[in-house]
Amino acid sequence: MMTDLQDLVEGIGRGRKRAVARGLTWIERDSDQGKDLVRALFPMAGKAHIVGITGAPGVGKSTLVNRLTLALRNRGYRVGILAVDPSSPFTGGAILGDRIRMQESVMDQGVFMRSLASRGHLGGLSRATFGAVTLLDAAGFDCILIETVGAGQSEVEIMQLAHSTMVVLAPGLGDDIQAIKAGILEIGQIFIVNKADREGADHTARAIRGMLTLGMQHLEWFPPIIKTVAESGEGMEDVIAAIEQHRTYLKDSGRLEGIRDSQTRHLIELAVQDWATRALRLAEQNETVWRALREAVAVGKADAADAAKEIVDSAQRGGAPGGA
Amino acid sequence: MIRVLVAKPGLDGHDRGAKVIARALRDAGMEVVYTGLHQTPEQIVDAALQEDVDVLALSILSGAHPTLVPRIMDLVRENNMDDMLVLLGGIIPDDDVDNMMAAGIARVFGPGTDTQDIVDYIRERVPDDD
Repeated sequence: MMTDLQDLVEGIGRGRKRAVARGLTWIERDSDQGKDLVRALFPMAGKAHIVGITGAPGVGKSTLVNRLTLALRNRGYRVGILAVDPSSPFTGGAILGDRIRMQESVMDQGVFMRSLASRGHLGGLSRATFGAVTLLDAAGFDCILIETVGAGQSEVEIMQLAHSTMVVLAPGLGDDIQAIKAGILEIGQIFIVNKADREGADHTARAIRGMLTLGMQHLEWFPPIIKTVAESGEGMEDVIAAIEQHRTYLKDSGRLEGIRDSQTRHLIELAVQDWATRALRLAEQNETVWRALREAVAVGKADAADAAKEIVDSAQRGGAPGGA
Repeated sequence: MIRVLVAKPGLDGHDRGAKVIARALRDAGMEVVYTGLHQTPEQIVDAALQEDVDVLALSILSGAHPTLVPRIMDLVRENNMDDMLVLLGGIIPDDDVDNMMAAGIARVFGPGTDTQDIVDYIRERVPDDD
């Protein structure tokens, strides 16, 4: 059994599949073990290029990841894939089906693919995705592809994690005004119009270009818009070229450092949220006090912010609210 | 969180049963990786390894279980994945059940199984440690 941290770190450093898989499980469990593991792996990471793939459900993200992986392998890159699917808000269960469309690529020894359930985390990723990227990076994967939950208009957390964010669209999914709404279209550094063999692909590409030229002309990096047919692999060379160009741009402009800083900032934010959530769970454990807090807010004796302060203060003292 | 891989080895093209099981396990709060039809033993064990699942649930309707199951179990042992619970469902004649158990299958669930029995069986044997 692989339970010893040092063995696991060594196995991951050598890129052994079993060690990588077990390490990801530790991180997903969000235990102290998982945190120790990420801490130990952190100095080994920092070399991989992290690519986010996001877009609405059904635009072909998984198929694109499959084809892109094959093309990256042809160029000799080792590829790690994290694919996030939603957990049921009711039961916590999930169906993780991204592997169905990744059959050709994932058997390769130079590829590792893991399905992650969002486990209640909002924003299009799972909480464990951040640690999981560090692990795959430490395991020596050159390129890490992260496929988000099928995203609507506000699942933009991927930009806090990826070096290059690709927004995937398909023809026939809404009119021009959809393209100028705030949110997901603002985070794309590369745009993919997939299923480009279908009618309306040119129109979709034009709508994105129109949206981008509305006030983004001053940008140093103007996002390329690439037409692909992921099903047949058409356009993958163009996608890789765009990723490489974006990587070069980040390096030359010094923005790679800025990304590291924004990643760190986001990690601290997440840790604060984790901590507050733990304080809440702790408070919920003492039903008497927890009910008293709720009643006080319900009748207007206190407001929600007062209750929150009480909960956080108690957690800091190391106990439930109302405790000693 | 209990993680399960529902896999369809071999050539039969019917995955309604597998999908019903996947759905039932999801509704029981488990995370279910589904890989689709026509999987080779190598693909299945590699997926189970990468996904680090607690349970591998195989569905075979084609009658090819006498060759597919031992091959899958050999690969499971080669990869030191003995701590994974392996279940078999589908059309498995009564006479073959003992051989399947001898190959390393923990339990065979035949047609007409109540999905709740599978959920209960998994919960009894797999610690949900987070």
